[in-house]
Amino acid sequence: MKIFPDRLSPQQDDFYNALMDAHEGLSETDSHALNARLILLMANQIGDLDVLRDLLTTARAYADV
Amino acid sequence: MAYDYTPYPYVPPKGLTQAEPRHPVAIVGAGPIGLAMAIDLAQRGVASVVLDDNNVVSVGSRAICWAKRTLEIFDRLGVGERMLEKGVTWKIGRQFHGDREVYSFDLLPEDGHKYPAFINLQQYYVEEYLIDRVRDFPGLIDLRFRNKVVDHADRGDHTLLTVETPDGRYSLEADWLIACDGAGSPTRNRMGLSFEGQTFQEQFLIADIEMKDSPFGDAAVPERWFWFDPPFHKGKSALLHMQPDNIYRIDLQLDVDADARAEAAEDKVIPRIKAIVGDKPFRLDWVSVYKFRCIKLDRFVHGRVIFVGDSAHVVSPFGARGGNGGIQDVDNLGWKLAAVIQGKADEALIATYHDERSHGSAENILHSSRATNFMTPKTPIEALFRTEALRLAHDQPFARRILNSGRLSMPCSLEGFALQTPGAAQVPPGSPLVDAPLSGAEGETWLLSQVQGDFTLVGFGDVPLPDVPGVRRLGINQRAADYPCFTATHGHAIRRYGSDIAYLFRPDGHVAAVFRRPTAQDVARAAGRAMGKTTETA
Ligand SMILES: Cc1cc2nc3c(=O)[nH]c(=O)nc-3n(C[C@H](O)[C@H](O)[C@H](O)COP(=O)(O)OP(=O)(O)OC[C@H]3O[C@@H](n4cnc5c(N)ncnc54)[C@H](O)[C@@H]3O)c2cc1C
Repeated sequence: MKIFPDRLSPQQDDFYNALMDAHEGLSETDSHALNARLILLMANQIGDLDVLRDLLTTARAYADV
Repeated sequence: MAYDYTPYPYVPPKGLTQAEPRHPVAIVGAGPIGLAMAIDLAQRGVASVVLDDNNVVSVGSRAICWAKRTLEIFDRLGVGERMLEKGVTWKIGRQFHGDREVYSFDLLPEDGHKYPAFINLQQYYVEEYLIDRVRDFPGLIDLRFRNKVVDHADRGDHTLLTVETPDGRYSLEADWLIACDGAGSPTRNRMGLSFEGQTFQEQFLIADIEMKDSPFGDAAVPERWFWFDPPFHKGKSALLHMQPDNIYRIDLQLDVDADARAEAAEDKVIPRIKAIVGDKPFRLDWVSVYKFRCIKLDRFVHGRVIFVGDSAHVVSPFGARGGNGGIQDVDNLGWKLAAVIQGKADEALIATYHDERSHGSAENILHSSRATNFMTPKTPIEALFRTEALRLAHDQPFARRILNSGRLSMPCSLEGFALQTPGAAQVPPGSPLVDAPLSGAEGETWLLSQVQGDFTLVGFGDVPLPDVPGVRRLGINQRAADYPCFTATHGHAIRRYGSDIAYLFRPDGHVAAVFRRPTAQDVARAAGRAMGKTTETA
């Protein structure tokens, strides 16, 4: 697990709001599908496999606690 | 100890027996906003009559969080120091998820400001202090309790009001009518103005309790505790705040379909509170159930009728932007209306009150509704994102910033609006004043005490200031000049504003223009522009 520096603020609320808007009106299944597409798009945008592996490990680490 | 609601005396108004001369200004409503409005105008020599249907201050604490900028404005109005002295200055905010603390923040303000980031003080105290202050202007403020405005008619250049008193009705004319009659504004309703926006379905239980032992454990350190999904109130949110007089505020989110009346009943409330504070004894001081809305009027100015405070805009209380926003309305309108009434500015200046404060109010609504949305997820996916943000927030700094239990009230910038002259500086035109300590011939003082109230040109460092009619001058870290000069204590003022630069402040403390080498002509033009005069092209 890694601690990542904050790169969202001060726009974190704008982002979070846009994320909720993207899900507006979708069924739960469709929302999960949207999340999957979003992760793939973001991974491509990040484009650095080492960083992506760090992100995956960190996200997984929280699932184990 | 419980607040003593002593009723203020009703005095039969003159209008009952003879026609009153037309008033320059009539203010409907003696809440915090109406009272502050009357004081601001009186300090500028403008007389007003204030009409209120009631004769006691706010019932229940209602607004408790007062932000730094509000306190600075209240300082100018003469009640800031009294509020600071009585209020609770809190610094530590803790956020919990379930029974675990996710993180805490320290509001410890940076050094060199007269006022802290926030104080907590019940609205009834604020109103009491304002009423005491009103008494300092017996010739200028005519405050009438139990005078209910029941009708008004727009007469073009004035308004005719019908007022009901315990002794019957009378009428009164005023050049300007300022509606400070609150969220349910009868003035607004009478004019048929639409007031629609987002209403949140969730209800909130707001309770004040008095207890000797602090529920925080250590009474010496006032804190703000916020829970997402607390163990004592599953699936909802809760807030605990400290006020003076051993009074604590508890906000609890209720179910969408909760029965408001039943929820406010003691047999329902007491167990909920015990679940939070444990077995320590407490007394219930005030309980209320609210549904919150985020709405503003399309236009704040309708001819000679102006809406100020909750009558113009309402927000959910997360972020404390209601009363704080209203005080900034007063700060913005006071000098403009006085200038128009005294013939120093064109009536068009009043339209800029709408432009600037409608913008501020939109910003308050945006932040308040986002906080409320975060606290009350509407779908399983929204709830999922929130739960995971909370989980990450235990150690990922970015996720902490995503948690939103209210983005506490900050003043808005007026950058880009017509009255400001564009320019670049550390504190750019449109920004509200940033306070700093100064020392002068008469001892220690604050930038805010020296600048607020009038147009003021302040030179930081080596920048000579020209003499311009209607503009006060002030030098900081300057050699002797023919205007008052101060030293920047610990260099704060210079660090905050830069050196060898002059700032022109509006009477409400917002930066109107900046100059590297101010000439009389440039300063006069910028001051004229800030007074709404259209500039002649060079
Ligand atoms: C639970 C709660 C918590 C809050 N917390 C905060 C907070 O922490 N910080 C913050 O800044 N704000 C807070 N607010 C908002 C704050 O209380 C309001 O923004 C503030 O009271 C607005 O002041 P006002 O003077 O515009 O209106 P009001 O306080 O509503 O005053 C309106 C006045 O007009 C009078 N009036 C009405 N009709 C007539 C008539 N026809 N004739 C004569 N008089 C009339 C009324 O009697 C009243 O005195 C909170 C509000 C609530 C409900």
